[in-house]
Amino acid sequence: MKPGLQFILLRLVLFLCGTVALPASAQDPAARSLAATCFTCHGTDGRSAGGVPPSLAGQDKNYLLQTMKDFRAGKRPATIMHQQAKGYTDQELEVIAGYFASVKTGPGATAPAAPASRY
Amino acid sequence: MALTRREFIKWLSAGAGVSALGGCATMEEGGVAGRVVVIGGGFGGATAAKYIRLWAPDVAVTLVERNTQFVSCPMSNLVLGGNTRIEDLTVSYDGLRKRGVRVVRDDAVGVDPEKRQVRLASGTTLQYDRLIVAPGIDFLSDAIPGLKSAAAQNRVLHAWKAGPQTVALRKQLEAMHDGGVFVFHIPMAPYRCPPGPYERVCQVADYFKRAKPKSKIIVLDSNPDITSKKGLFLQSWNGPYKGMIDYRPNSELQDVDVRGMAVKLTFDSVKGDVLNVVPPHRAGDIARKTGLITANERWCGIDWLTCESTAVKGIHVLGDATLSAPAMPKSGSMANQHGKICAGAVVALLKGQPVFQNPAIMNACYSMVDGRNAMHVTSIHKYDPAQKTLVPVKGAGGVSGKASELEGTYAWGWAKNIWADALG
Repeated sequence: MKPGLQFILLRLVLFLCGTVALPASAQDPAARSLAATCFTCHGTDGRSAGGVPPSLAGQDKNYLLQTMKDFRAGKRPATIMHQQAKGYTDQELEVIAGYFASVKTGPGATAPAAPASRY
Repeated sequence: MALTRREFIKWLSAGAGVSALGGCATMEEGGVAGRVVVIGGGFGGATAAKYIRLWAPDVAVTLVERNTQFVSCPMSNLVLGGNTRIEDLTVSYDGLRKRGVRVVRDDAVGVDPEKRQVRLASGTTLQYDRLIVAPGIDFLSDAIPGLKSAAAQNRVLHAWKAGPQTVALRKQLEAMHDGGVFVFHIPMAPYRCPPGPYERVCQVADYFKRAKPKSKIIVLDSNPDITSKKGLFLQSWNGPYKGMIDYRPNSELQDVDVRGMAVKLTFDSVKGDVLNVVPPHRAGDIARKTGLITANERWCGIDWLTCESTAVKGIHVLGDATLSAPAMPKSGSMANQHGKICAGAVVALLKGQPVFQNPAIMNACYSMVDGRNAMHVTSIHKYDPAQKTLVPVKGAGGVSGKASELEGTYAWGWAKNIWADALG
């Protein structure tokens, strides 16, 4: 077997199993813990299963950060986000935005279909 | 280094392969870094099982759950209102299986904390390094003499655990004649889902308005007032449902006369055509058997950094069974967030790493007032090292201005996402 083939096979195995290495911030327990507060509504790692609320995975860090700051300041219309944004410090928002920016976009986990008429 | 085909296969089956292949279902035994058993596959237990596998694929996770499928309590009031079907709230455990969680359909009947073993009804014994107990609630049915028999419990339903009881209560409402009376009793707080009872009143009112407009609802609330989203619920009760709802606070229940179809209060007896009595709750049976209950003979005290029991080392407790931190509701949203705090801590403890010291959690609960319109309550809670508990962040959180169709859409989006986050 050629040396290169081992590497290719390893990559293939990792790819097939969906465990492609995560960027540093996605492995940081502090960032992960803070970002996990968002997963309930926005999906695991910010990959929304329902379409709404929107996916956060792979979004631009500065865009996410500015959006949260705008929610907090009441500059951006919201139903619930203006109340939640007030729960986090600038530093925490920076960490959370960094986490989602570092997560790859991709299909979210599947959920049972709710009646289409409800959306 | 070059590998022959045989060496590569050997490598795959050895330790290096196990950690690299951690996400594969075929590696569900895993177990390099430890064995975790989770009792209960509700919002808390399912989330913890999933996130341990997600964050530490080298940890073996076994989930013990007595039901074949998950049925969501959130949105289940809509079944009573005829606004959704129980099938739409039912989720398979296959998502967890795909993540390598071993899902065992059984009943946990005993725990030996010394031997670190869980005994199942089938006779099997499971060995653990860390145990997560997420049993939800059981009812203090002994407090209601008239509801002791199984026959009485089948006639006067609680429908406070989504599933067959939800469907059965819907059938009772369908069978009731137009002009009948629905009597609904709410236990004293703390109970599962603070706004849930008032949402139920809205859903039944929505159904009556549509199908049985001469019917009435009598709400017998043990509490001195509506305990959650009061102003918002009153907008509905005094708006579209005006004249349909007779709300009676401070209505502490003494007994239920199943034969006479009456709810007995201290000085009064209230008859109805359909009775729906939610008894007071405590942590689920297995928590009591394991000696995890520390407060008022009802709830399990935990360390909020790890969700580890304050009574028994090596055992973590999640969700509605816990002694809630200040201003923390017993909700699916909270249980889902407990699951992630716990998963992170269990992984750290198994690997000898430091436990994260500044956890935050978020609660978001939607209530549907009819088939389309919803409103929310939300809060953020952070760990306070001085008080050694999670406390709500002042100035954050709040409720909707009014119920709206937009929030109705978000309520379903919330549901789909939390089901996928816990079970997908």
